[in-house]
Amino acid sequence: MVRATVRWLASSAALLVVVTALTFVLTSIAPGDAATAILSSQSGSYTPEQVERMRHLLGEDQPLWARYGAWLADLARGSLGTDLFSGQPVTEIIAARLLPSMSLVVGTVLVATLVGTWLGAVSARRGGFVGRLVDVVSLLGFAVPSFWLALVLIELFAVRWRLFPPGGYVDPRDDLGGWLATMTLPVVTLSAGAIAFIAKQTRDAMSDVLAQEYITMLRARGLSERSIVYKHALRNAAIPVVTMLGLTLVSLLSGAVVIEGIFFIPGLGERAVVATGDHNLPVITGIAFCFTLVVVTTNLIVDLAYRALNPRVRHS
Amino acid sequence: MKRLGLSPTGLVAAGFLLVVLLASLGAPLLAPYDPEQQDLTAALAGPSAEHWLGTDRLGRDVLSRLMYGGHVTFIAVAEAVAVYVVLGAGLGILAGYLGGWVDRLINGISDLLLALPGIIILLMVLAVFPNNGAATMAALGAMTSPVLLRVTRGVTLAVREELYVRAARLSGLTAGRIMVRHILPRLAGPITVQVFLFAATAVLVQSSLSFLGLATPETVGPSWGNMVAHAAAVTSQDLWLAVPTGGILVLTVLALGLLGDAARARPARRAAPTRAYRPVVPAVTSSPPAVPGPATVNGAAPLLSVRGLTIAVPGPDGPVTVVRDVDFDVAAGECVGLIGESGSGKTMIARSLLGLLPAGGAVTAGHALFRDRSGSTTVDLARLGEREFAAIRGRRIGLVSQEPSSSLDPSFRVGSQLAEVIRRHEPMSRRQARARVLELLATVRLADPERVARQYPHELSGGMAQRVSIALALAGNPALLVADEPTTALDVTVQAEILDLLRDLQARLGMAVLLVTHDWGVLADLGERAVVVYAGQVVEQASVDDIYRDPRHPYTRRLLEANPHRAPVGQGLPTIGGVVPSPTVWWPGCRFEPRCPDATPRCVAGPVPLEPVGGEVGGSANRLVRCVRAEELVRR
Repeated sequence: MVRATVRWLASSAALLVVVTALTFVLTSIAPGDAATAILSSQSGSYTPEQVERMRHLLGEDQPLWARYGAWLADLARGSLGTDLFSGQPVTEIIAARLLPSMSLVVGTVLVATLVGTWLGAVSARRGGFVGRLVDVVSLLGFAVPSFWLALVLIELFAVRWRLFPPGGYVDPRDDLGGWLATMTLPVVTLSAGAIAFIAKQTRDAMSDVLAQEYITMLRARGLSERSIVYKHALRNAAIPVVTMLGLTLVSLLSGAVVIEGIFFIPGLGERAVVATGDHNLPVITGIAFCFTLVVVTTNLIVDLAYRALNPRVRHS
Repeated sequence: MKRLGLSPTGLVAAGFLLVVLLASLGAPLLAPYDPEQQDLTAALAGPSAEHWLGTDRLGRDVLSRLMYGGHVTFIAVAEAVAVYVVLGAGLGILAGYLGGWVDRLINGISDLLLALPGIIILLMVLAVFPNNGAATMAALGAMTSPVLLRVTRGVTLAVREELYVRAARLSGLTAGRIMVRHILPRLAGPITVQVFLFAATAVLVQSSLSFLGLATPETVGPSWGNMVAHAAAVTSQDLWLAVPTGGILVLTVLALGLLGDAARARPARRAAPTRAYRPVVPAVTSSPPAVPGPATVNGAAPLLSVRGLTIAVPGPDGPVTVVRDVDFDVAAGECVGLIGESGSGKTMIARSLLGLLPAGGAVTAGHALFRDRSGSTTVDLARLGEREFAAIRGRRIGLVSQEPSSSLDPSFRVGSQLAEVIRRHEPMSRRQARARVLELLATVRLADPERVARQYPHELSGGMAQRVSIALALAGNPALLVADEPTTALDVTVQAEILDLLRDLQARLGMAVLLVTHDWGVLADLGERAVVVYAGQVVEQASVDDIYRDPRHPYTRRLLEANPHRAPVGQGLPTIGGVVPSPTVWWPGCRFEPRCPDATPRCVAGPVPLEPVGGEVGGSANRLVRCVRAEELVRR
């Protein structure tokens, strides 16, 4: 257990350093820079002297390693820098936007896991027609782009039938019902692909498990089909599926970036897209850092779940 | 096309992609309109003869724009795929072939890449190179390459240990040449699968970014992604525009995904898993007339009476009969051994009694009459459906299998598995079940039942696991225990203990045992009667004593001579030349004839019946032999 913890800490730290350092390197070789972006946002024209002065103020005339070092030093003090344009601390931006993004991503993981494992288990058990149906649904879920699905769902369920709001976000602490209503369409949109993926993974894992000798032996001992499939086989098939859930969550973070804007969800992804447009390095780096934290936390949870599910690992 | 091994679906997908590809690359020549040509009078017109797929808000022809947009997509995908293959396959081969620190380094980097939040990296690349599709797609290819890398590495690891590659290495070929000449060709299949799946992802990512306006915004020219963005702006006026723009994306990704699946699914691999465990519904077609069986112990009706049992399993060219016309009886409390070489069909016979034939296998003829608990009525095991077997499995017939470690569910504690079976057969409280668990574990002579109940299967030794497996089979108090090679996978000393336990249980519980084995020692230890099976037929049936003393069938005799327990010390162990004939080539005559030293032309003239033969002095009279020379070949 100690070794596993150390290994997790080491790999997490490595990942965080790689992501943030990469952000610095990439942004520093960008053709445009923040200084000109800020100046042009404040006034249409500016002189080269103004640019130089702005660069100095921003610390952009420092060598890259010095700037990264300064950023790490800030991090040690709990600061992720400030938004170049508004001067707002990045930690505040992230704090305000974390809940909307996580509502979307975690909600999707829950929905997709429930529906996906159910579909996968049922199709592995039935084979034949239901199996092929799940195959088709999986392929469609994979093939339908989320942004297109979003626009169709908004048009049908929000504009025409007025069942759900077309977008926006309500804080669950203010209005739980409103939060659920605003989250429904985005979660459904983002779930489609994840459900397809999880259903396929579950189906493959279940097919493997159901072909095992111990399943035949459970049957020989007279256990009910229900117990064999949904207790024994599903429990064993969950082991490989759980490891895939980590990857699913990482890809959902990407998915959230694409659809947050469509649904007017004030999340991290939407902010990252805007920050990308105007070279807002502290914001991009901060969000990248935050996403990476989510990823490493997910990896930890997946690892713990894997241990909990797999007695062979737990006891060794 | 058969040569490519493509299914009809794969063929349609390939055809569709080809058309889209040609239309996109040939857009300047083929497109009916200039993609930027506006006609505000015909804005948002639906499909018509002039505009097959209608027009957009500015009256531009949607079909033409889709064709030009496809151009952008395919170039982007080609770039991404190129980077993906070069990095993924290249590093994968290196890691797999060279191993050592190279492998560890490459693996470390690929783990790291896989954990990156991909879109953030792409956004950063886009921030650095605004609107630079090539850089973005290269980044996408690089970030996703670990997926291909893992596949490639796995295949390479397997291939490098194969004989011909080792031979190439020994003959002095350089590592580089081996990788290119011998390993790369084997990778073609797996790489193709991954490339199609990745290409599908690349299409989606490229159009997502374009939809967001981060790559190929509409001002630059049409792309599939920005056309959806355009459609999104006008959905309330016209939902039609979303159909062709989304449709082309869905269909293209779908086609790539299907091709990936088609490339993965070589016919053989596909069929198996989905049906792998489908319950078998016996399809009994004919029932042969009841054959007079050997008289049973005490003359009472036997517990189990198998008559004319015939079993078929699916083969490449239709069903193959693997067991034909098998007759035998098991009396209550009796131990009958089913003995034969591997491939003789003995396991099939045993499993058919529990309705647990492998995928697609079925009893095609015959009966297996099994006496009810009351003893007054019988059920025909050869005709039971899944539902009726519920009353039999575990409750009337228990099964112990060969591999104790793989016969227990690895995820549940021994106690929980036992308790579930106990409560399934006899409803009782958890507390009562718990007591019964400990009692059963003690019955199979496990030293510390409390401890074993808390353990997981992987914590048990083979012998302990087999005892647990026996306890599980006993949980429902079955009248018949089918023991399928119960000691084959165990150490010799443990074998003796398990046999001892089985003998003791049989005596104590008055349980009949059908022992499936290839080992005369095991049979001699436990069995009272032996049923010798060869190539799906019973060739001889007699008491174990008679068989040992006076085997009548030439096959039985050879099998006994090949028994290490009986071989004279200091001499080589005799073997039976040749192999058991495959079920696909069975002929009507004696199936042992090609391997039989005593064969005569009469042996292959026609079917040889299983007939009673007279016993020698002192032997029991109830013997059946399937040999035309049974009487003349009495052992001298």
